[in-house]
Amino acid sequence: MTNHWIDLKNADVILVMGSNPASNHPISMKWIMKAKERGAKLLCVDPRYTQTAAVSDLYAPIRSGTDVAFIGGMINYILSNDLIFKDYVINYTDASFLINADFKMPGELDGVFSGYNEQDSKYEKTTWGYQLDERGVPKRDLTLQDPQCVFQLLRKHYSRYTVDQVSKITGTPKDKCEEVYQTIASTNKPDRTTTGCYAMGWTQHTVGVQNIRAFTIVQLLLGNMGMAGGGVNALRGEANVQGATDYGILYHILPGYLPAPTAALVNLQDYVTKFTPTTKEPKSVNWWGNRGKYITSYLKALYGDHANPDNDFGYSWLPKLDEGMNASWLALFARMYQGQFEGFFAWGMNPACSSPGAGKAREALAKLKWLVNVNLYDNETASFWKGPGMNPEEIDTEVFLLPCCSSIEKEGSISNSGRLAQWRYKAIEPVGQSLPDADIMNELYFRVKELYRKEKGAFPDPIVNLTWEYGHKDQKGKVEHLDAHKVAMEINGYYLTDVFDNTANPPKLIGKKGDLVQNFVSLRSDGATSSGNWLYSGSYTQKEGNVVNLMARRDREDSTGLGLFPNWAWAWPVNRRVIYNRASVDPKGNPWDPKRPVLKWNQGDSANGKPGGWEGDVPDGPAPPLADEKSGKLPFIMKPLGVGSIFGSGLGDGPFPEHYEPLESPVPANLMSGKHRVNPTIPIAKLQAMAKEPTFLFSFDNEKYPYVGTTYRVSEHWQTGVMTRHLPWILEMQPQMFVEINSELGAEKGIGNGDKVLVTSARGKLTCIAIVTDRIASFKIQDTTVHVVGMPWCFGWQYPEDGSGGDSANLLTPFLGDPNTLIPESKAFMVNISKIAEKMAYQSSEMPLKSERG
Amino acid sequence: MPGKSFFIDTTRCTGCRGCQIACKQWNQNPGTKTIQEGSYQNPTDLSASTFKLVRFSEKGSTTGEPKWYFFPDQCRHCLYPPCKMVADKMAHGAVILDVKTRAVIFNPTVKVSPEAFKEINAICPFDIPRYNEDLGSMAKCTMCFDRVSEGMLPACVKACPTGAMSFDDRAVIRKMADKRLDEVQKENRRASLIYPEAIRVIFLVKDDPEKYHLFAAKQNETGGTRRMALKQMFDPLVAGFKIS
Repeated sequence: MTNHWIDLKNADVILVMGSNPASNHPISMKWIMKAKERGAKLLCVDPRYTQTAAVSDLYAPIRSGTDVAFIGGMINYILSNDLIFKDYVINYTDASFLINADFKMPGELDGVFSGYNEQDSKYEKTTWGYQLDERGVPKRDLTLQDPQCVFQLLRKHYSRYTVDQVSKITGTPKDKCEEVYQTIASTNKPDRTTTGCYAMGWTQHTVGVQNIRAFTIVQLLLGNMGMAGGGVNALRGEANVQGATDYGILYHILPGYLPAPTAALVNLQDYVTKFTPTTKEPKSVNWWGNRGKYITSYLKALYGDHANPDNDFGYSWLPKLDEGMNASWLALFARMYQGQFEGFFAWGMNPACSSPGAGKAREALAKLKWLVNVNLYDNETASFWKGPGMNPEEIDTEVFLLPCCSSIEKEGSISNSGRLAQWRYKAIEPVGQSLPDADIMNELYFRVKELYRKEKGAFPDPIVNLTWEYGHKDQKGKVEHLDAHKVAMEINGYYLTDVFDNTANPPKLIGKKGDLVQNFVSLRSDGATSSGNWLYSGSYTQKEGNVVNLMARRDREDSTGLGLFPNWAWAWPVNRRVIYNRASVDPKGNPWDPKRPVLKWNQGDSANGKPGGWEGDVPDGPAPPLADEKSGKLPFIMKPLGVGSIFGSGLGDGPFPEHYEPLESPVPANLMSGKHRVNPTIPIAKLQAMAKEPTFLFSFDNEKYPYVGTTYRVSEHWQTGVMTRHLPWILEMQPQMFVEINSELGAEKGIGNGDKVLVTSARGKLTCIAIVTDRIASFKIQDTTVHVVGMPWCFGWQYPEDGSGGDSANLLTPFLGDPNTLIPESKAFMVNISKIAEKMAYQSSEMPLKSERG
Repeated sequence: MPGKSFFIDTTRCTGCRGCQIACKQWNQNPGTKTIQEGSYQNPTDLSASTFKLVRFSEKGSTTGEPKWYFFPDQCRHCLYPPCKMVADKMAHGAVILDVKTRAVIFNPTVKVSPEAFKEINAICPFDIPRYNEDLGSMAKCTMCFDRVSEGMLPACVKACPTGAMSFDDRAVIRKMADKRLDEVQKENRRASLIYPEAIRVIFLVKDDPEKYHLFAAKQNETGGTRRMALKQMFDPLVAGFKIS
């Protein structure tokens, strides 16, 4: 999130779209309800009338997969009615910047931007650049009139998204579109903000990134970024996604969002040169300019004394990607299915139920030589070989199920969606022989290291040179029990030598060898500091000799009244609670909204030697406000040009979001483009030619699969339900796989509430119980009635053991997704549905279920 | 008026069912085997193992405007409980009124015959009393009087994230409920409090109570027993009701 959970209470308008906080983040409703108490309006745009919709002030139905069209209409509404927050837009965004004269847009090029190469389905992006002046800084038209400025191009592009057109594509009634647009546009005032809450409903599409980009443009136009109750806020689940991205568990990044190196970058200097942006804009902070300090400190954390200037700080020991290599989930499982992997660690996950196209994922597991599943319970992955359709006789995979313990049985931090890292304690001893994941890793590491030491192997250095000072070591040198505190401290970072400020006379000691660094400002590229994750530098530090775990703080004071709670736990970066907060003040440093000031610049008293400073949240850099001639800085410090990008040239599929249909969609044509029905950067023809089973990837047969399928979650179960299905109190509330269909479709198919039905897609089939409800919409799209049907994916054949729970919706979901992030399009695909049997008579039974965990 | 009360503001309820689970946990009630009957509501009804049940209703829907109402059902802890009136005659000691909190408590150690239970259940306007076959006694919400007696909130109230559930001295709750009703009525003229004068668990609803749950406010059958009971609740002198 750019903001944070508690900040939701500060909003005047809350747009919930592509998410369902009431069901999936129930505690967040506490803050949303507080906002409503202040008179805030909750808007819910969703194919389904969800639990969030039930408490909303306005609900608008939308066909799954058409969010860009809807938000495009919103942008058009704002621009046509001249409702931008002008001062903000001119000063803090690239709206006034001029674009290359040869840049062309989908309106002129029938669905694509200039530079599109039909052969490889890629864009050549030369025309997507700014026009630069003699200083090398973009040319601007501060009146926003120049036809080639970003603002006018934006206006032209979205003039095609009239309410009529939007309604035709989305199926949302026109009056509802307008009501949503009007309400959100009303927050263009300095003292009104909209906050946007999104989740998988926006990301799990072939236009996932563009969905989010579209709303970011809205928020920049209305001046809502960096403001209390504003921002673009991803609702991430528990610790999973936030931790995964912060700590670089995805293949394309290292901890702290450092790009993963490719083989072509043969040394550290190449890496630093490639990934350190430079800027000619003197008022831009360009914080990623510090990249070199972070990668070097990371290498020092990994390799300690083994990493030196003469061996490039161990850079050659980092694993490298091949150029353009795709090692994402979909690519991994495609290769696993082809038998290209010997072994697989399915760590804390259940791919047999969580993978799109789960049927193929299950078959892929059977191609492995060995599988290690680390989990709290047996599940569909560890027992894949016993699953439906599997013949154990023919499967040679050796499976190891290592029991790990839950989060309450171990100590450590958990980072939530609001970037807040909260330290948690161990409540009870782990059950049985289960161990914390860290201890399991510790065992593996030690044994692998010993093997490398004894047998040498192909490349021992990256393993045998690792520092591993996480606790007391036994006689053999193995850490007996991994201490989370030691890991946290290594993440924060240390001074590895005494560090002096040599500009002072005599030189001043600013960091003592062995001390924890204050925060990432202390990190250096000369090897004097280490940090396992620069983003978390400052979370576990040292003050006058006292070591302080800031993540463990629980101070409830909040003098701002904005819910910042600066001394409750610790947020990255450097405990900043609202990022881009320099955009919450005008160029002089006065809050746009004096009633909800995130920051305020205090001039100080230069005559009496009192320097100016910021009050409120931790500012995005201590520099004075923009208007300060000498040292003023622009607010968007992570961007080389210091402004928010309305023109997003960094993406692979377009600098402005454009509506494309989902891969599998109910309509034959894209109303916005004659030629390109789906995202043009997805090489459909090529993929189909490569695939052994082209229809597995996606199917265009709307006769066979006439209904739009979508997936979602319920409050009661967590992810694939491995943990929650084992809790009798939870299974009692949500016992079985269901599909929600509207009454029109129910009547058509003779399906009544509670009947047993079969849902099918090009990937597989699934038995469900039907919930017939008009909460799930049916739409009139281009003269066709389009029914949306929806399913949760929290069930699995393995438990309950009689299989009565049903199986995972991912047996149906498509194996393709967004070209930028490669996230699968689980929110929009085509299915069919048919009745199997009438509803079972309810049998009242007081038979209690026993939990295996005691 | 002594004793405690709940205020349940359904306009703030999102149907998360934290309350339903918290109640199970505190009372250590088992999870029963259920099936998907075509609703999120599960189990389908209160029972000897389910004292708090969030009811899901789409009855408020009109054409093109879906509605989903959440009703976290539980015993109303009437000021003058009809169940006690009948139990005192037919199963003495099965229903007691806690002096301090005024919680209406079913004593699980006092056996109740199936015939007596039938009468006790029939007279409750809200269809709350349930029978534990194994123990031969009755079961329902206890107002967590053990927690409350130690200065803690009932488990369900503690678990509620949105402030839909509040618990305090009755006078405080009466005031809170009236104030909130005023606020809600500005946007929803149909909003009402359900029998705030007669019961300790005061629901605020923004639509007709039957759209939430058949027994939210009154039952539809024309039988005399529940009507009598309702009358009793408002005018305890009708049956010479005594608090023992």
